[in-house]
Amino acid sequence: MAVVISQVFATELVAGSVTAAVPLLLAGMGEQISEQAGVLNVGIEGMMLAGAYAGFVAAYDSGAMWAGFACGAAAGAAVACVMVLGCVRLALNQIVVGIALTLGLEGLTSLLHHFQFSRSYPLLPKAPDLAIPGLSAIPVLGPAVFSRHPLVYVALALCVFLAWMHRATFLGLDLAAAGEKPAALDAAGVDVVAIRTAAVLSTGALAGLGGAYLSEVGAGIFVPFMTNGAGFIGIVLAMLARGRPLRVLAGALLFGACLSATTALQVLGVNIPTDIIQMLPFAMVMLVLVAFGRRASLPAALGLPYRRGSR
Amino acid sequence: MREATAASRPPLIELRRVTKRFPGVVANDDVSFAIHAGEVHVILGENGAGKSTLVGLLAGMQRPDAGEILVDGHPVAIDSPARALALGIGTVYQHVMLVPTLTVAANLELGGRWYRRPDWRATADRFRATCRAFGMTIAPEAITGRLSLGEQQQIEIIRALWRGSRLVVLDEPTAMLTPQATGELIAIMRRLRAEGYAVVFITHRLHEAIEAGDRITVLRRGRVAGGLGPEVLTTTGRATLQSRITELMFGEATAASPDRAARAAAPKSGAVVLAVRGLTVRARGRAPLLDGVQFEVRAGEVFGIAGVDGNGQRELAEALAGQIAADAGAVMLDGADLARFGVAARHRRGLRYVTDDRLHEGTVGSFPVGLNLVLKQIGTPPFWSGGVARRRAITAHADRLIDAFDVRTPSAQTPIGRLSGGNIQKALLARELHGAARLVIYSKPTAGLDLRNIAAARARIRAGVANGSGAIVISTELDELLDIADRIGVMLGGRLVGIVANGLDARGRVAALMTGAAPADADAA
Amino acid sequence: MNTLRPLLVGALLPILAAVLISALLLVAFGVDPFDYYGVVVHRGLLTPRGLQDTIIRMAPLMLIAASLIVSFRAGLWNLGTDGQYLLAAVVVAASCPLLDAALGHVPALLIGCVLALATGALWAVLPAMLRAWQGVNEIITTLMMSFLGTALANALVKLALRDPAATVPQTRTLPVADRLPRLFGTTVGLGVPIALVVLIAVHLATTHTAWGLRLRTLGANPRAARHAGIDVPRTTVMALVLSGAIAGLAGGIDIVGVWGNVRADWNPAYGLSVIPLVFLARLNGWAVIGFVLLFSMLSVGAESASIHVGVPSYFSFVLVALILLFLALAEWLGQRRQWAGT
Repeated sequence: MAVVISQVFATELVAGSVTAAVPLLLAGMGEQISEQAGVLNVGIEGMMLAGAYAGFVAAYDSGAMWAGFACGAAAGAAVACVMVLGCVRLALNQIVVGIALTLGLEGLTSLLHHFQFSRSYPLLPKAPDLAIPGLSAIPVLGPAVFSRHPLVYVALALCVFLAWMHRATFLGLDLAAAGEKPAALDAAGVDVVAIRTAAVLSTGALAGLGGAYLSEVGAGIFVPFMTNGAGFIGIVLAMLARGRPLRVLAGALLFGACLSATTALQVLGVNIPTDIIQMLPFAMVMLVLVAFGRRASLPAALGLPYRRGSR
Repeated sequence: MREATAASRPPLIELRRVTKRFPGVVANDDVSFAIHAGEVHVILGENGAGKSTLVGLLAGMQRPDAGEILVDGHPVAIDSPARALALGIGTVYQHVMLVPTLTVAANLELGGRWYRRPDWRATADRFRATCRAFGMTIAPEAITGRLSLGEQQQIEIIRALWRGSRLVVLDEPTAMLTPQATGELIAIMRRLRAEGYAVVFITHRLHEAIEAGDRITVLRRGRVAGGLGPEVLTTTGRATLQSRITELMFGEATAASPDRAARAAAPKSGAVVLAVRGLTVRARGRAPLLDGVQFEVRAGEVFGIAGVDGNGQRELAEALAGQIAADAGAVMLDGADLARFGVAARHRRGLRYVTDDRLHEGTVGSFPVGLNLVLKQIGTPPFWSGGVARRRAITAHADRLIDAFDVRTPSAQTPIGRLSGGNIQKALLARELHGAARLVIYSKPTAGLDLRNIAAARARIRAGVANGSGAIVISTELDELLDIADRIGVMLGGRLVGIVANGLDARGRVAALMTGAAPADADAA
Repeated sequence: MNTLRPLLVGALLPILAAVLISALLLVAFGVDPFDYYGVVVHRGLLTPRGLQDTIIRMAPLMLIAASLIVSFRAGLWNLGTDGQYLLAAVVVAASCPLLDAALGHVPALLIGCVLALATGALWAVLPAMLRAWQGVNEIITTLMMSFLGTALANALVKLALRDPAATVPQTRTLPVADRLPRLFGTTVGLGVPIALVVLIAVHLATTHTAWGLRLRTLGANPRAARHAGIDVPRTTVMALVLSGAIAGLAGGIDIVGVWGNVRADWNPAYGLSVIPLVFLARLNGWAVIGFVLLFSMLSVGAESASIHVGVPSYFSFVLVALILLFLALAEWLGQRRQWAGT
């Protein structure tokens, strides 16, 4: 009996962690690309919300989940265009623009939601899971990790791909140089502005995808402000992971576990109030920062716009 | 033999009447000269002569406002670094353009097409082969930031060659090298020349130009003051050459300073103004920044500190000024231990520090001149009473200093960042020299100044100690120290490895100390 | 004054541009912008009740502006004012009714203010120390503490500090008679003058005192600050902690002056919205008053408009975000003109 309960609890915990981790993972990997390239993207929370709303509406209207994901990524990238124009091309203050984007998108998506859905509160049907044959039979991990919505696998695959990209391709090299010493990259004949533009747009797309997952699969509905700090946690993950997407994955799972602890504990019959549980991920972040903050190394040219010829 | 082959070929690159203007200054004015393959062409000039601008034009960082640049006889527009590379012009900048966190191999591969994968093995092999050919020893897997500056420059040269450069431009590469590393670099330049490359070597040091150059073009205030071709350089005696080039650089023959001999003959024997005993500043996880530094400065003495950047000079200045705390040792000013005094208190007692970074450390560019002039005395009377600022006292004080030190500014309220470099320096000096200075630390006091201001600054330093105070001058320019200092201490790896009395043989002895050769005799005091 | 012209041009133009774009947005939603802004101005400024509400709303906004001025002058980003505000509000809301019963009216209010300052300060200590001694970016740490503080405040209201007599989760209510006294027979309480005094004091302190100069030097250039003998870590901690304290005071004043209690899931979230106001005013305390009045009117009017015109009050977020963007753009244009001119 005890074995069964603990297995159910473990499965519930891991499954919940994965659900909560996917948006964090996508946001974190996205922010990591920007930070590698030297752009501190504080507007990521806004990009996630844009993706969450656009994804939900597209999926609801078309009936196809994947249309939603595509629209979510596109919306995130569209918001990122403002950041590209403002910060990469015009050298405006990255933090000011980021705050403006987050605040503005929080308001805009809430407004849009109000005008479209405030009376109806439509729900999306639960997304079907895709079980990986063989792996899904493993106890605990099987149902929790290998029998999930396909986007989960996409996110994991992206993580592996980005890890490879950062290490083994010219693009990864260029990103690292753009963040450490853009003048060196420019002198080597690479267009620094183009690299940073690509980086920020990718961040927007990934963040938007994460937001779309949150609204389409995670909750099945869009609620104003639903990201509740996921984008900022993504920034923390990127800061601590220092250029390694696999570390972002580890961190995302950790924080995801905190976020999903409520449901798991309810299975155990433990009734800790939601409000206490909601504190957990942020408390965990602060603990990690206190322990490892000094080692959170950020690229030297982070936050500084690049102008050819300036010293 | 050499001259015939070089001159018979058409020039690789030619500048014809090139002009480049910036707001308020003409950096390059009607400049014309030719660069040939198989030659080391030295561009010689003092600060502000326009050398760096020329480099920028050749490297594609700037476009000329007038005139043209020809490559292989055809006029070209070098409008980006990529274009310069495509034309065969490789540039090694004064501030090394390598990414410190990447490996050597990664830095060399930088610039490849983004969708391709770099071939690390091939890169490493090729790099090792090139190193052997030029007599260098660097590991391709090494993290670039951990290598010495000389090694980083060598990597830059190799990178220029790999890109198919036919011309290698070296922008003031020796500014921060030890004399030994400079010799190695000159040897590499000769090997490049032997292989048929063209080398342009920018410097402001006369003896380097004579040692390394096949052809010398002298710039002065943006114009070509004159050129000496291989025929002249190989046939003229060194002394004549030196005076001819000096004439071109400065406008009239300047004899060696007569004060120098007089100074060497009369060592200072007055009271000790500053005594530094066993000064140590530790750093976590690495060698100490300052290690048992010990020396004295006497009344009326200018004590020079020589050494390549990064050997503890900055930490020494900051520890003496009170900016960083010493872990061991003592600093005594006029016999009083300064241990418990902070920056403001030490400033008040007469220990002053003129930093080399005028605009980013010495002053706050957005603050008015008047406020900058009291920045080290925040909260102290008569400028503050009870914590509240007394504007009139600050402004009156500022007006007095501006007058006394000839600081050209519209008013005391002007943000100091708007002033020219020379006037910011004057303001800094005004702040530090005003009111019973006992020991003034000057860090690179003439860096970036034009000729007129350089001479004035050096004169002021010497005049300043006439009243019995002392001065410490930290400089990477040995010529400057030999010109104004009475004794010269050499910093190496956080230690003061020797003190040399200024005199005819001082240059050689200081150079030997800088490279870690046998320690000099005990304090020549 | 030579600060007046750039202030007007640099501030009015971004506001006008933002109003214009947001008006287009309203049109897209099928709302007449003149209708909307008409209601906003009318309800926010032109009715006696509305005017009083606007002035009342200025109190927390001015205090948070003061908090941000301290932080920004030192070159630091305190983005955690929401958490500092809310946590202090809860602490004060829970303790004041009890203090009032035990010690009487005035001591309870005074102690309440002290508690508010202490709570806000406490909530900023960790980010401050992490920044001063470990170099951890305070943007992230203050934001995280804000989320943590908001969740903690909610948890406290619903669990530990709950009023047993109330049907909805909230703290015990401080009766109107025991709150900060009203002024001149209006509904505006003592909180507004207190906030005004604190704001002006902060402005004068940062511009006229040695303490303020140290702060500004740190904000302008940390290396120059070190060179001038300023203790950079200590000044950093002091600036962030003071900033947190003042934000906490905003929460406390709001409770003892206006609300009397804290309901569960209540979070006015003034913090991010005040940031552009402080930038518009170029960190000048006197100028902030004007911009706070404008925003306060907008805030109060928007709440009214949400009922009468059907546009929820989140609309002000969009307007504020647009102001920030246009402000950044105006700064950049101004700088470009400066370079071209030299």
